[in-house]
Amino acid sequence: MKHLIPEFEALKTRLPPGLDSILVLPCLRRIQDDRGYIADEDIDGLVEYLGVPRIQIEEVLTFYTMLRRKPLGRWHVQVCRNVSCSMRGAEPLIKHLSNRLGVKPGETTADGRFTLSTVECLGSCGTAPVVMVNERYHELQDAQSLDALLEELK
Amino acid sequence: MTGRKILMNFEVTPDSHTLGAYLGRGGYQTIAKVLREMKPEDVTKEIVASGIQGRGGAAFPAGRKWQVVDPHDGQPHFLIANADEGEPGTFKDRWVLEHSPHTLLESMLVAAYALAARHTFVYIRGEFDQPYTRLAAAVEEAYAAGYFGENILGSGFSCDVYVFRGAGAYVCGEASSLLASIEGSRGYPRNRPPRLTVKGLFQRPTVVNNVETLSNLAWIIAHGAEEYRKVGTPKSPGTRLISISGHIQRPGVYEVEMGYSWAKFLHEDCGGVLHGRKLKALIPGGISSQVLTGHGAKVLTADSVDSLLLDHQALWDVGSSLGSGGMIAIAEGTCMVRLLQVMLRFYHHESCGQCTPCREGMGWAHRIIDRIVSGEGRPEDIDRLLHISKFNDGTTICGLGDAAGYATIAFIEHFRDEFEYLIEHKRSKNDGRLECLPEVANA
Ligand SMILES: Cc1cc2nc3c(=O)[nH]c(=O)nc-3n(C[C@H](O)[C@H](O)[C@H](O)COP(=O)(O)O)c2cc1C
Ligand code: SF4
Ligand code: FES
Repeated sequence: MKHLIPEFEALKTRLPPGLDSILVLPCLRRIQDDRGYIADEDIDGLVEYLGVPRIQIEEVLTFYTMLRRKPLGRWHVQVCRNVSCSMRGAEPLIKHLSNRLGVKPGETTADGRFTLSTVECLGSCGTAPVVMVNERYHELQDAQSLDALLEELK
Repeated sequence: MTGRKILMNFEVTPDSHTLGAYLGRGGYQTIAKVLREMKPEDVTKEIVASGIQGRGGAAFPAGRKWQVVDPHDGQPHFLIANADEGEPGTFKDRWVLEHSPHTLLESMLVAAYALAARHTFVYIRGEFDQPYTRLAAAVEEAYAAGYFGENILGSGFSCDVYVFRGAGAYVCGEASSLLASIEGSRGYPRNRPPRLTVKGLFQRPTVVNNVETLSNLAWIIAHGAEEYRKVGTPKSPGTRLISISGHIQRPGVYEVEMGYSWAKFLHEDCGGVLHGRKLKALIPGGISSQVLTGHGAKVLTADSVDSLLLDHQALWDVGSSLGSGGMIAIAEGTCMVRLLQVMLRFYHHESCGQCTPCREGMGWAHRIIDRIVSGEGRPEDIDRLLHISKFNDGTTICGLGDAAGYATIAFIEHFRDEFEYLIEHKRSKNDGRLECLPEVANA
């Protein structure tokens, strides 16, 4: 994480001075974008850089579902299964993806390309069902459109 | 047409979200006028007079919240725009962030001036992609044009804004949990008092308002409280952004004037129920619409919708609420037991685990509904679900525990026969279906 410190410093210019714990989540997210997950040495680095207790960072890491301690597949395919998406066919879509990729939700394919997950409402219910692949939303999905999408993801 | 417009009053084009387009619509003239001509307390007075109610779920009058903060007490104050938007069925704030981010930013400046808040935040849900990129770009544009930073427009007023991204926790939409999250901790809600307007972020007076609530402010100050009061109904002035999804022909975000007819909205503006089917039930304002009202939000049945007008009071009168404006239409033929299962799984997953009734109760209720759906339910399970729901009510720190209970009670109250049928016959009265397929409609 050390190489990211100049970026973290830049964030401080628009934050109230002296309240560095505000940077806990922004730093963790940035580290994860960089490395793909949060490693032990990142936690050590943040404890030192922000001066917050180690336990606080450990608690944060277990509390927020988007933060992870292990790498995922290259493409993280998350299917929303909340009310509106289920009402527009999310459940058969999850089965379809599971069959096609040969993994259950929560698992990664043997070649490390795909991790399949389910996720709760993504705030895009009007264009359900919604599938999020890495950072991007894909709306109004069906089996065909997802097959085509998977083909493109190498 | 769904009545007069305040927020969706321009044509969406590929660049209508940019600063240039916003300035073309008269943007940032209101904050210029405020800084030139108004005292902080004049702004708050106008907001109080406008009667605008919060759009995040509880419909608390925004002005009354602000009045608690004394802009001249010399301590730091904070303003937060709540853009966590995680309430299932709700995607209206996303419309503002994507299509009119500068409306939010200008309104935040107005609010920050009234509250003497030097530092402001937008807490945006962690997953959002385009709403975040658009908002972040708008923030850069606004800084570059001198609307944020030191000594704004030469007025002596300085204000910063920081877009804070969440990391996937529904409960962080709750205001005190949101503040804990910004402080760099787990998002545990906390008991009031003290109110957040007394001790909020880092123990300083803090106002948390929903994105839509804030976004109305520039208009209110530009046109005056009196003009605002002419829109909507006496008890619920203004408009609401309604996001509608589920079994509806034309899902999406609509701006609807308060007092508008629900039947007209559903059947004309939104094109009616999907595939021409009949409406079975309607979730009026997000699956926890009642979160903070203290009223048991009911899932509305088809007959109760017909005569209803869209405003806060009208919904409270029927024991529900407009909540977060996240409407979900449910067609005939949908299995209500399975639908409740999806909701209870969600609440169980999102319970932060702090309060025993919520943590244990959600797990218990989730296990029971799973059992019923898999055909292993017992007759006493229905009353057990009701018991857990009633026990949760009012015994927990935040509204999440209550909301799950209200939903359960409403589902069982209106559709008890479906629960009984499933337990007795070990299969759903409605094929266990959640989707609404055209073949079934024609059959
Ligand atoms: C579990 C829970 C989740 C909430 N989620 C949101 C949310 O996503 N967005 C929001 O604006 N308010 C949410 N709220 C309501 C906030 O606590 C708060 O009342 C609101 O942001 C205040 O803004 P308003 O007065 O402008 O409505 C939630 C409340 C609870 C109990
Ligand atoms: S009611 Fe549930 S979500 Fe809310 S604070 Fe208690 S345990 Fe957490
Ligand atoms: S239910 Fe899937 S995006 Fe809201």
